[in-house]
Amino acid sequence: MKSIIKYFGEIIGGFITLLTGMKVTARYFFTPWNNVTQQYPENRATLKIAERFRGEVIMPHNENNEHRCTACGLCELACPNGSIEIISKSVFNEEGKKKRAIDKHIYHLGMCTFCNLCIRACPTTAIVMGQNFEHTVWDRSELTKVLNKPGSQLMEGVKE
Amino acid sequence: MAEYKEVYLTSDEIKTDDYLVNMGPQHPSTHGVLRLLVKLEGEKVLNVQPHIGYIHSGIEKMTESLTYIQIPHLTDRMDYLAAHMNNEAVSLCVEKALQVEVPERAKYIRTIFDELQRIASHQLWWCAFGMDMGALTTFFYGLRDREDILDIFEETCGARLTLNYSIPGGVMFDIHPNFQRDVKAFIKKFRAKLPEYERLLTGNVIFRERTKGVGILSKEEAIAYGVTGPSGRASGFSCDIRKKQPYSAYPYVKFNEIMGTDGDTFTRYHLRILEMFESMDIIEQLIDNIPEGDYAVKMKGVTKLPEGEYYQRVETGRGEFGVYVISDGKKNPYRMKFRSPGFSNLFAINNIAKGWKIADLVAIMGTFDLVIPDIDR
Amino acid sequence: MAFNIYDFTPLTKSIHDSLSASLSPTATLAIEWTIVGVLYLLFVAVFGLFLVYAERKVCAAFQQRLGPMRVGPWGLLQTIADFIKLLMKELITPKRADKLLYNLAPFIVIIVAFVSISVIPFAPGLVSFDFDIGVFFVTSVSSIGVIGVLLAGWSSNNKYSLIGAMRSGAQIVSYELSVGLALITMIVFAGTMQISGIIEGQRDMWFIFKGHIPAVIAFIVFVIAGTAETNRGPFDLAEAESELTAGFHTEYSGIKFAFFFLAEYINLFIVAAMATIVFLGGWMPLHFGEFEAFNNVMDLIPGLFWFFMKVFFVIFLMMWFKWTFPRLRVDQILNLEWKYLLPINLMNIILMTLVVLFGLHF
Repeated sequence: MKSIIKYFGEIIGGFITLLTGMKVTARYFFTPWNNVTQQYPENRATLKIAERFRGEVIMPHNENNEHRCTACGLCELACPNGSIEIISKSVFNEEGKKKRAIDKHIYHLGMCTFCNLCIRACPTTAIVMGQNFEHTVWDRSELTKVLNKPGSQLMEGVKE
Repeated sequence: MAEYKEVYLTSDEIKTDDYLVNMGPQHPSTHGVLRLLVKLEGEKVLNVQPHIGYIHSGIEKMTESLTYIQIPHLTDRMDYLAAHMNNEAVSLCVEKALQVEVPERAKYIRTIFDELQRIASHQLWWCAFGMDMGALTTFFYGLRDREDILDIFEETCGARLTLNYSIPGGVMFDIHPNFQRDVKAFIKKFRAKLPEYERLLTGNVIFRERTKGVGILSKEEAIAYGVTGPSGRASGFSCDIRKKQPYSAYPYVKFNEIMGTDGDTFTRYHLRILEMFESMDIIEQLIDNIPEGDYAVKMKGVTKLPEGEYYQRVETGRGEFGVYVISDGKKNPYRMKFRSPGFSNLFAINNIAKGWKIADLVAIMGTFDLVIPDIDR
Repeated sequence: MAFNIYDFTPLTKSIHDSLSASLSPTATLAIEWTIVGVLYLLFVAVFGLFLVYAERKVCAAFQQRLGPMRVGPWGLLQTIADFIKLLMKELITPKRADKLLYNLAPFIVIIVAFVSISVIPFAPGLVSFDFDIGVFFVTSVSSIGVIGVLLAGWSSNNKYSLIGAMRSGAQIVSYELSVGLALITMIVFAGTMQISGIIEGQRDMWFIFKGHIPAVIAFIVFVIAGTAETNRGPFDLAEAESELTAGFHTEYSGIKFAFFFLAEYINLFIVAAMATIVFLGGWMPLHFGEFEAFNNVMDLIPGLFWFFMKVFFVIFLMMWFKWTFPRLRVDQILNLEWKYLLPINLMNIILMTLVVLFGLHF
C-alpha cells in the first residue's frame, strides 16, 4: 500500500514541478511588452552607448583644424599589438628652431584590441576613445586610418 | 577509392570494432572547439578522451614580449567569461613582486567587479547548461539578465567582455557616478529573478531525474585531478581561494564558502546557483562602503620586476586561476605560466562519465563549465 | 438535428453531380481524385509553412524575443523564403551511404504523413475518407513513419544518425502503445471507431467533459504520448541537438531535409487533430446538454473555425512543453512509458469500462 501511495505521490509531485515551470514561461508568453529584443538598425537613433565605450581611437580636432598630438610616440610604445604607427616630421617654428611634429598618426583598426593603454599613455590627451562601433568596411585597407586630418597643426600651448 | 566488393563472413570471422564518435571540434555541446573522442557501446560511454589545442593561441609565449602593463589585456582572451579575474590575477602578481600597496578604493572596486563577473559567468553557464539539457528557453533568460551586468561594465570601463579594467597598481578608471545606483538596482532585480531560475529548471522533475546521482566525482578524485572551483567544492573539496588566501577586499567581507557533499551533477549545478546568491551578498556588503581616495597608484613608465619567481592565484568562476612569473629583471617576463581551472577540470571527465549515457556525458561536461580558450590558452 | 449552415456536404455533392452529369463515372472519379490530391498538397504545404512560422513566433514569445521580423510584415514570409532556400540547396549524399534507402527514407516519412491526414474531417462534410475503423487507421498508418526514420539513420553512414534512429525506433514503438490505449479508452466510451460517429457522439457535450475523470486522464496521456510520437521536446531524443547534432537527419540537405521537417509538423497536426476529434469534439461546436439557446449561439460559429481553434490549442500546448522542459534521457523515456503511462492507461481503461457500464457519465 505504501509503495502505491509513493508511486502516485511521485507522479503528482512531478506534475506539480512541471506545472510551476510552465507557469514561468507562460508568464512571459502573456506579457509580450517585456520583450528584450532590440531591432538594431531601426533603433539606431535611440541607441544609448556609454560615454566611456571603447569603440575606436580618434584624435579630436578643433574648428581651426588643430589637434593636441606632439608626436612623442608614447602611444606607439604602449600599444601591445603595434596598432599605432607614428610618422613624425621636422618643422621650424617662428624662432627658426627645429621641432618635431606629427606627420601621420597611423592607426590600424584591424589590429586594435581596444585595451585603452594608448589613451592612458598619452600625456597631452591628444587621442581619445570614440563611441562608434560600426566598423564594417568593404576593403581591409580602409581599416588603416590616419588620425590627424590633412593640413592639421598642433594646438597652441600644448607641450610634451 | 578502392573497389567495393561484397564479402560474406561467418560469425567467427566478423571483426568488431569500437564505436568511436568524435564529439567536436564542431559540436553544439562542447561550447567551442573541444574534441572529445568518445568510445560507445550503444548509448553507454566507455571512454572519453579529450583532444585539446584547436584554439591554442600561444598567449603564454606572447607575454614574453610584452610589458607587465600590457599583459593583462591578453588574459581577457583566455577565460573570456572571467576576464576581470584574470586581469586581477596578473595585476596582483605584479603588485606582489613590486611590493606596491594598492589603494583601498581600488581593492573594493576590484572585488565588486569580481563578484559581478562571477554572477555574469554563472548566468551564462546556467543558460548554456539548460540548453545542453534540452531546455532551450533558459538560454534567453540567462542572457537577458547577464545583459544588465554587461551594461554596468560598459558604463564604468567601456567594454563589455574583454574588460582590461584591472591593471598593475589599481584599476583603469574610477567608477562611473551611476555605478553604485546601477549595481544596487541590478541586485534588487536579480534577487527577484533568481528564484525563477530555480522554478524553471532546478525544481523540474525531468531535470532532477537527469542530474541527481549522475556523474559522481569523489573528494579524493577531485583533489587528485586538481578540480577546483564550484565543481571541486561540490565534491566537498574546500578550495575557495577567496577564503584560503584572501586578496583584494575579501578579508573585509563575511561570506560562506558554499560546499556540497554528493559531488554529482545536481550538486555541481545547484552550488553555482547558491554562489550567485552569495555573490550578491558580498556586493551588498561592499557597494555602500567604497572608500574615497585614489583608484590607482602612480606606476613608473616602465615596470621592471625584480629578479625572482612569483605566484598569485585568484578564484574565477570556474576555479583556481594562477599566474606564475619568472622574472630576470627586465621589463618583460622571462616565462609566464597560467594555471587555468578549465584544463584541470576537463581531464576529470573521463573518470566520472564512464558507464553513463551520452546524454549524461553532455550534462557532466556542462556542469564543469568549460571555456575552451581557457584550456588551450 | 438542426440544419447546419456550415455543412460542406451540399457543396461537395453539387460538384459531384455537375461532374457526373457531363462525364463518364471513371473520368469523374479521376477528376475528383485530382482535386482532392491537389487540395491536400496545398493544405500540407501552406499549413506546414504556417506551423513553422507559428512555432518560431510562439517560441520567441516564450523566450521574450520577437522572432522573425524582417521578411515581410512581422516576418510572415520568412518560412517561404526558408523553403525557397531549401529548394535551391544542393542535395548531398554521403560517401558510402546506402543510396536507395537514403533517398527513399524522406519519402516514406512524408507519404505516411499524407496518408494519415486523409481521414481527418476538417468540417462537416469536408473529409475524403470516412470508414468504420478511422481511428485504427490513423494509429496504424502513423506507426509506419518510424521505418522512414530508421532507414534514414541507418543509410546515412553517420554514427550520430544511427544512434538517433535507434533512439527514435525504441521511443516510437513504445509510445505507440500509449497512444493506442488512450484512444481505446475513448473508443470504449464512444462505442465506435468511425471518426464521424465519434464526432456525432459529442453533439450534446465533448467527450473530455462527458467522460470526466477517465477522459481527462486519457487526454493527458494522449498528449504526452503524442508529443513523444512526433519526436518533439521534451522527447526530442532522436534529434537531440546538444547530443547528436541533428540525429537521424544530420546528413540530409535541401528538399529531402525539408521533407523531414515538413513531416514533423504534419505529424504534429495529426496528433493535435486526433486529440481534437476524440476528446474535444472535432468540428463540433461547444454544446452543453439542454441549454438550447447557448447551443444555438455556438452553432453560428463555423465548424472549420472550431476545428482549427481546438487544433491550435493542442499544438500550443505541445509547443509550450517543448519550450519549457529539459529533455529526458533514453532510459528514462522508456521508464516513463512502461512504468508510468502504461499501467495508468490500463487502469484507466478499466475505469472507463466501469463508467460506461454503470452509466456514470454525463
